[in-house]
Amino acid sequence: MNRIRKVRKEETAESGIQEARNCDFRIQSFLASLLPDFLLIFSCIPVFLVDSASAADVVIGSKKFTESYVLGEIAKRTLNDAGIPAEHRQGMGGTIIVWQALRGRQIDAYPEYTGTIAQEILKTDRKLSLNEIREALAKSDVGATEPLGFNNTYALVMRRSQAKRLGVRTISDLRDHPEFKIGLTHEFLDRQDGWQPLRARYALPQQNVIGIDHALGYAALKNSSIDVKDAYSTDAKIAEYDLVTLEDDLQFFPRYDAVFLYRLSLPAPAITALRKIEGTLDETRMTRLNAEAERTKNYATAANLYFQDGVESTTPVGESFWHKLARWTLRHLELAGFSLLLAVIVGIPLGIIASRGGPAGSAILGFASVVQTIPSLALLALLVPLPFFGISVRTAIAALFLYGLLPIVRNTATGLQDIPRALRESAIALGLSPMARLWQVYLPMASRSILAGIKTSAVINIGTATLAALIGAGGLGEPILSGLNLNDNATILEGAIPAALLALLVQWGFDLLDRVLIPKGLRL
Amino acid sequence: MSALVELVDVSKRYADAPALHPTNLAIERGKTTVLIGPSGCGKSTLLRLVIGLITPDSGTIAFDGSQITSANIGTLRRRIGYVIQEGGLFPHLTARANILLMARYVGRSSEEMRARLLESCELTRFSENLLSRYPIELSGGQRQRVSLMRALMLSPELLLLDEPLGALDPLVRAALQKELKEIFARLRQTTLFVTHDLAEAAYFGDEIVLMNEGRIVQQGTVSDLRERPADPFVSEFINAQRGPASL
Repeated sequence: MNRIRKVRKEETAESGIQEARNCDFRIQSFLASLLPDFLLIFSCIPVFLVDSASAADVVIGSKKFTESYVLGEIAKRTLNDAGIPAEHRQGMGGTIIVWQALRGRQIDAYPEYTGTIAQEILKTDRKLSLNEIREALAKSDVGATEPLGFNNTYALVMRRSQAKRLGVRTISDLRDHPEFKIGLTHEFLDRQDGWQPLRARYALPQQNVIGIDHALGYAALKNSSIDVKDAYSTDAKIAEYDLVTLEDDLQFFPRYDAVFLYRLSLPAPAITALRKIEGTLDETRMTRLNAEAERTKNYATAANLYFQDGVESTTPVGESFWHKLARWTLRHLELAGFSLLLAVIVGIPLGIIASRGGPAGSAILGFASVVQTIPSLALLALLVPLPFFGISVRTAIAALFLYGLLPIVRNTATGLQDIPRALRESAIALGLSPMARLWQVYLPMASRSILAGIKTSAVINIGTATLAALIGAGGLGEPILSGLNLNDNATILEGAIPAALLALLVQWGFDLLDRVLIPKGLRL
Repeated sequence: MSALVELVDVSKRYADAPALHPTNLAIERGKTTVLIGPSGCGKSTLLRLVIGLITPDSGTIAFDGSQITSANIGTLRRRIGYVIQEGGLFPHLTARANILLMARYVGRSSEEMRARLLESCELTRFSENLLSRYPIELSGGQRQRVSLMRALMLSPELLLLDEPLGALDPLVRAALQKELKEIFARLRQTTLFVTHDLAEAAYFGDEIVLMNEGRIVQQGTVSDLRERPADPFVSEFINAQRGPASL
């Protein structure tokens, strides 16, 4: 948000500053009036994190598949070459997440397909012209470039050998093979131009349909766990795995011309730079770039291929493994550490209240338990549309904070409740004030249990923080996610092994901390 | 001289049953008053009412002339010492830290605390070398000595003892009984002592208060109870406690 304001200020200094002030005032009064204290604490830390994370003027987003990553890299370098600092947040998730991020100003541009815009964003079944699309998007302050040059439509693919043997050439031919197992991406299963209407149009009889990650689906197809899956027509894996595309003989799939969506408030030079990519990528070229990305396991290298005819980029393409590992690990610790700190600051007082029982106590323990049962992916998805969160580090920290809460709250409450009544009463009878009782007697006596809760939260957070990469918050989940996407176990391990070691290290560190923080009299 | 503590028509009910029927009792200064009776007779309830761990349903309790309220109980507690059966020592604090907890809290100077600590070690015959031990490293008798030191640290006007010797083996118990009696005499300590043991009551009590089913049955010296029982329960209680040996 600050980034955008900075740019505007330069253009029209006076009005820009005025607007910034108004905005700050609105935010302040909103926070002061609505948010409880702990949310205020919350808002301070992550804001600084987000600012430190995006020093660039323009932030490019991409969805979680190879082609989107490559287009994102191309856009980033095109902007950099035009002298505009740009950053690429890779693999942020599905259409809705990236679209919300664009509207919420967390990103400034991302690659999208005309078919997807009509169906998923504008929610219409009509086939829209590019001008109609532009008109509708303008209401959200979003613009679209001209087509980049290729049509990446959805397609159904099969193993070439099996298709040849059974004589399957078109989607209609699938009607003769009800025994086929079909594996589809979750997005395709739910899309309005996805599986349900496709099945209806072609009257497909298959019952065995499962949802599976796109990259894993190829592996499943290869080892015959499934027979048919969805793919993009420029997908390099079609050739790599020796698959065939089934002809869409009833012309079910709409056109998916690739364009860049951008916020209309972007400075003109940035838009001009993005538009340089228009019409430069035909299907053959895009497929080749995708193949290069899969071969080298490096999106920047693939993007390089696009620029080979032009001037060499001045930005460094490769980053050494150790440098990357340090960056991931630091970010990972930042995510897990801040969320743990917040969970401790909020969880211990809540635990103290919960230990007193009554309706408030049950409500707190109930809330913390319910949060724990929400799958972490779902929790992230629930937080992303909220105004304060969006696609950002603070969403990841908020989710991790909520996960870390239960063990701390519960252990604090149990630790306090387990203090024998006689000792509790002794503290009262001595004449200590309630605060002094808590600090000098109750909390030290419950310290072992409280620390055990914090340890559990820390280890959970280290593990769960790998999911932060799904919303572009980085950390050791980044290589895990790319690895999944590239179907490359080595890359997955680059993230998974350090994450596991980190969890062990944290466990060990807390065991040491026990010796310092638990009073000696309780350890005898 | 008026009584230090005065209970007027004090009663207490727990959810299902009355624990203490409306009761009057005066605790005289400088004397040891012993509350005795079978378990569940209300003697501990009475003690807990005086220290404010529970509040009476009716009646008033006055301490040194002023009525105990929720507003003044906090400061009044510093004028009352309290020792329970298991000692009630905090396991995370050393013997020294347990004893000095309140003195530190009210901001006594360190010279004053050191002097007072040596004095009480001598009084309770507790070795100074053991002061840095944690409760778990002390014997039952040592723990009760520490608990007593903690209760006496701020020179309370009233000392409450809830079966303080109940968990000790007989030899230690006999020795401590003797010492305690000497300490009370030396300090001219006003004491309210709860026990279910008649011999102990007879040994300590200037005044014995026999309770049953939430009521005071009889109050007086041990010979009053033995020779002029107020009702059959008194004789029954006394005879039962003599045990087979003295039959």
